[in-house]
Amino acid sequence: MLEAVISAVQLLISLDQELYRIIGLSLLVSASAVVLAALFGIPLGTLLGLKPLPGVKAITIAVYTLMGLPPVVAGLFIYMLLSRKGLLGPLNLLFTVEAMIIVQTLLATPIVIGLTAIAVRSKGKEIRETALVLGAGRMLLLRSLIHEARYGILGAVIAGFGRLIAEVGAVMMVGGNIEGHTRVLTTAIVLETRKGDFALAMALGIILLLLALLINSVLFRLQAGGSSGA
Amino acid sequence: MAHNQVVIKCSGLRKSYSGKEILHAENIAINTGRITGIMGPSGAGKSTLLRIMCLLEPPSGGELFLFGRPAPHNRAERQTLLRRMTIVFQKPVLFDTTVFDNIAFGLRARHRPAAEIRTRVAASLKKIGLSGQGNQKARTLSGGEAQRVALARALVLEPEILFLDEPTSNLDPANVELLEGLFCELNREQGTTVIVVTHNLFQARRLAEDLLFICHGEVVETGPAEKIFQQSADPRTKAFVEGRMVY
Repeated sequence: MLEAVISAVQLLISLDQELYRIIGLSLLVSASAVVLAALFGIPLGTLLGLKPLPGVKAITIAVYTLMGLPPVVAGLFIYMLLSRKGLLGPLNLLFTVEAMIIVQTLLATPIVIGLTAIAVRSKGKEIRETALVLGAGRMLLLRSLIHEARYGILGAVIAGFGRLIAEVGAVMMVGGNIEGHTRVLTTAIVLETRKGDFALAMALGIILLLLALLINSVLFRLQAGGSSGA
Repeated sequence: MAHNQVVIKCSGLRKSYSGKEILHAENIAINTGRITGIMGPSGAGKSTLLRIMCLLEPPSGGELFLFGRPAPHNRAERQTLLRRMTIVFQKPVLFDTTVFDNIAFGLRARHRPAAEIRTRVAASLKKIGLSGQGNQKARTLSGGEAQRVALARALVLEPEILFLDEPTSNLDPANVELLEGLFCELNREQGTTVIVVTHNLFQARRLAEDLLFICHGEVVETGPAEKIFQQSADPRTKAFVEGRMVY
């Protein structure tokens, strides 16, 4: 373990170009996917949390199920879609960074939808009624709801990002773990473990954990800072 | 709307939840420019009636007329109508922003110019005794201050009908006096129709010109407040106004 920590520190201070490229790509893929998931998921989650429409229960159950979607299943689905004979085969996206972003967006979107819906539902009725009796139109109502549920929504984004940065199965399937092209921290850990280089794998794991800790600390401070008060 | 015209009319209005009828109002007519109290014991259906009247809940049956027209079903007409009235709830629901932004919310929804919003919000803050506190975060206000802001947010819109759902039940006597003064002032100076739900007999005596007494979901008696307090026709109303009806 100590050896792994020393290796991790050595790797970081060695300014190894490949390592920093892998870290950069991990961040790029997961951050892009979580931003896309937020763009789709926040409005959909707000509607789901707000609308007492028929079918909402069934949709909610479906979303909760997809929140636990196994990455390999998502990977398989996107792989089939992007493979040469797939519906999106002509786009030649398989084993590219774009494919990795697509599959991670698919994984994070249900999480953002589900947790946003819960955040909106907790405040939805009273905020909706207050905005309505003050004369708010549809857009202002939606904006007010998102604003009031923003800390819960930020929590949804944090949870989504947490899942993505640690995810390996889906990006491995559609990215291919190609050196210098689609290799990210998690797939590199798998590779080094298979090669028997446990120290390097552990070092990469520690770097991944530190990265997750750093990002989540920043997001948590934002959330806690905003939601505290009398 | 001229004084003493019927501004809200209910006919055979019913509300049921899960097949159980919780409100039945055969005939209600509320006149414009009056302060009407909806009085009754807790759980009688007062708030439900108020929520139906201000279009927050649809009735299960019967007819509701507002400003002489049937209550609309489509969103656009409903919004137009909602902009002619507003409600202050028992528990003030303030947006997690500044006091100023809370009071300005309805004016911004109506796309009023920024200069007009500043002037009107400042005047409202002065009325509720919170001048200079516009930049304060609403979540840092005390319960009484929060309810005053909720009222200012309604008053600044100069509604034709102001609905009040037990607006002072959680407040201390000083705040109760201040808020009641503001309801009366609005009614007197702008001719606003005020409809206040209360289970507080003393408040009903202080405020209401007309009264509706509701018991177990049924509108038992309506009429001028003085008459109801002195010569109530129904024994249940009589028991309530004499403080004998205990739940």
